[in-house]
Amino acid sequence: MKMVKNAAGRRVPAEINGEKVIPFKGVGKHRPEGRKHGTTLVSAADYPPDGDKRVASLKEALQKAGLSDGMTVSTHHHLRDGDLVANQVFDIAAEMGVKDLVWFPSASFPCHREIIKHLENGVVHHIEGSMNGPLGRFTSEGNMKGTAVLRSHGGRFQAVQDGEVKIDIAVLAAPTADPFGNGHGLEGPSACGGLGYALADYRYAEKVIVVTDNLIPFPCIPMQIEGNYVDHVVEMDRIGIQERIVSGTTQITKSPDRLLIAELTAKFCDAAGLVKDGFSFQMGAGGTSLAIGIYFHEMLKARNIKARFAVGGSTQYSVKMLEDGCLEYMLDAQTFDLEAVRSMRENRAKHPDISIFHCYDYHAKGNYTTMMDVMILGATEVDVNFNGNVVTHSDGYMLHGIGGWQNCLFAKCTILPVPLFRNRIPIIVDEVTTLTGPGELIDVIVTERGIAVNPRRQDLIDKVKGAGLPLKTIEELKEEAERICGKPRRPEPLDKVVAAIKWVDGTVIDVVRQVRT
Amino acid sequence: MKTAFAGNDQKSDRSDCRIGLTLKQSGGLDIHLQSKVETLYGESIHACCRKVMQAFSLPHAEIVISDNGAPEYVISARLEACVKKLRKTYIEVLPDMLSQNVHATKRDRLRRSRLYLPGNTPKLALNAGLHSGDGVILDLEDSVAPERKDEARILVRNTLRAVDFYGAERMVRINRGEPGSRDLEAVIPHHVNVILLPKCEDAEQVRETDRYIQNLRKDNGIDHEVWLMPIIESAMGVMQAFEIAGAAPSVAALAVGLEDYTADIGVQRTAKGRESLFARSQVVNAAKAHHIQAIDSVFSDVSDTQALRENVRASKALGFDGMGCIHPRQIRVIHEAFAPTAGEIEKARRIVEAFREAEKRGLGVVAVGSKMIDPPVVKRAVKIMELAEGKA
Repeated sequence: MKMVKNAAGRRVPAEINGEKVIPFKGVGKHRPEGRKHGTTLVSAADYPPDGDKRVASLKEALQKAGLSDGMTVSTHHHLRDGDLVANQVFDIAAEMGVKDLVWFPSASFPCHREIIKHLENGVVHHIEGSMNGPLGRFTSEGNMKGTAVLRSHGGRFQAVQDGEVKIDIAVLAAPTADPFGNGHGLEGPSACGGLGYALADYRYAEKVIVVTDNLIPFPCIPMQIEGNYVDHVVEMDRIGIQERIVSGTTQITKSPDRLLIAELTAKFCDAAGLVKDGFSFQMGAGGTSLAIGIYFHEMLKARNIKARFAVGGSTQYSVKMLEDGCLEYMLDAQTFDLEAVRSMRENRAKHPDISIFHCYDYHAKGNYTTMMDVMILGATEVDVNFNGNVVTHSDGYMLHGIGGWQNCLFAKCTILPVPLFRNRIPIIVDEVTTLTGPGELIDVIVTERGIAVNPRRQDLIDKVKGAGLPLKTIEELKEEAERICGKPRRPEPLDKVVAAIKWVDGTVIDVVRQVRT
Repeated sequence: MKTAFAGNDQKSDRSDCRIGLTLKQSGGLDIHLQSKVETLYGESIHACCRKVMQAFSLPHAEIVISDNGAPEYVISARLEACVKKLRKTYIEVLPDMLSQNVHATKRDRLRRSRLYLPGNTPKLALNAGLHSGDGVILDLEDSVAPERKDEARILVRNTLRAVDFYGAERMVRINRGEPGSRDLEAVIPHHVNVILLPKCEDAEQVRETDRYIQNLRKDNGIDHEVWLMPIIESAMGVMQAFEIAGAAPSVAALAVGLEDYTADIGVQRTAKGRESLFARSQVVNAAKAHHIQAIDSVFSDVSDTQALRENVRASKALGFDGMGCIHPRQIRVIHEAFAPTAGEIEKARRIVEAFREAEKRGLGVVAVGSKMIDPPVVKRAVKIMELAEGKA
């Protein structure tokens, strides 16, 4: 395989799965050319005039959509670990004797470990999307026939829109839908809130199948999925398992160490003057992020000021901020708990669902990330140059997807609250195992043992100086981690590239190599 | 062949490992490692085992390690504990002493909070000092099962050397009687600041411990003070509190333990604590009579911070200077509740200023406004100012 060195100094292949790719050129350096991808023109004359696009089964829908060897099939991940649809698609493909499919999910979860058998039996050639847990292990050990491709959420939209990935069939779970194919996630036994990840799929896929377990008569309002793009509608008993759709991620951390990190993060933001009237922020649904949100909420309340908007995963905690009047708008691309689903249903004016196109797409006329004042993210590793890794662990195993992480790095102040080490594994290292985000976009690392500000952000350093925060250099943090844990040996992977990591503009920023077992 | 085991390897036992050691006649060292961090630390774990076995001149053995991210000082302690189950030896394999771990403490330093850490549970020790408690207690007594005392002693010894508690006072709660002497032998040479004596019932017990410690200090050339904090946990202890508090010059504080005390007098411990009012007052009085600190019992309901806050306020009102903690989240509540109020600070500031002014002008009498201030009031004001600064 021909390898080239990209602008980040990482060696990446010139071709992936037989297609030429562009090596990373640097942040903001690549300009796309050409026109957006277009699907084949169709006529309403070929669709039922009564608007009833129902077919008897998912198998029939897939047959009608022409499922055949080598196709790319997409699914969204709004049903998270409770998704009952994606696995069925490939079980049916196996029954039909179809081979070498590409699965293109917006994310995968442990429930998708069932796909491993289809990777083994040749039904699925490779996955382009996140590879969590068991799928990540399988891929890391070199068992996937093709090369996996990991993209950020925004990068996924960009790839579809740019025609880099051509979706043949999108199979989209909709917790509520009508026979025309309009759908939303606000109601029904598998309610999940918004369906913002599905926009790229239904707009740009050649064929679109909507699958629901809560069919209602036309019209299904709001139209989070627009039926005019939909070919077939399938009704089934259950599309999801409710308690796994709303996963356990929305509990604030109880760990005193994580709470300390959250508190230091909030204090840092305060000292840097970031928590001010009209500010905007985004944070994940992990326990530490939620705790930071609570500190923000307390500050806003105490000072009688408001945040203008928040983007991202909504939870019961952001809903509380919204309903308390401390937050004016919750722009929601992913709804994490039932309380947030309720809020979106009842308060659509202030808590609208947005798509990935809006918040993250880099090949758009701007997006929301650059407007955000405070961005709270995680990482499995950060190196002394502030480069971040979210896809692999230090032992080389790929166990997480990128999510919106790369897209979010473009915020005005990107903060990574991370423990200095996790069960003897240092988080601050000499060089990240897999480069997922360049250090020039990562501003602050907050650990329980000190805060390191990127020297590129002298403005932030000046603001927080003298505020009594435990400021350290990133090298000092790394040394402290190594004093406690010992210096870890760097694993030596094999040559085989098992996954490519795309940057937000579609270029290849790094690769993951097969681990030694 | 006999196999000795030490350590823990349940899934929740992070930062720990379980080692099984079988000594052999030949064949060198046969190390079987199962670890999540094998890729990163496999070689260093092997090297650590070789180093320990070499120190004991045991070249032939089978070592089976089930590791859950144990730092080197833990692995070393576990293997040493295995060796000592199979061979009688006085050799110790010591991790390097961190330079920040050799600070001495004063008799009257702030002791508002002290965080209990089960001595045989490494995962809680690593970050214990981050939560700004005034002290940490490595416990060898009630939190360690009798059959685990030997391995816990070795682990606590290594912890005292290798873990940074970020300025917290380093305390060890020892066992009573003979095991307590073994505890002291294990920990005194490794820069302990305070020894807690549980279930203290008479002054002679304190004196005996003090003599033992002084001998160990002499033998090991230790020049920093090792303070004693006897814990009163029985009706007899309460009656003897005054003698106990004055038993030795090294006694720096007197603590009360109410779980055992209430059991001893046959009542339930309640949130209001009326049943222990006498005991608590007696302990405070005995301590103050000897000019040492009085330390209150732990509050066991970790989730109820409001009740803890009320409890600490009541404790402060009775005259206690500090309290035990069983969870880091209790520390801040305790510090806040023990902290003087804004009004108290302001009043104290005025008194201290008046005192300094009077001193400067060579006046024998201190007055704030038209009010004469007695020396004990000045002393209390100075203490309040110190506490206020401790809070900052």
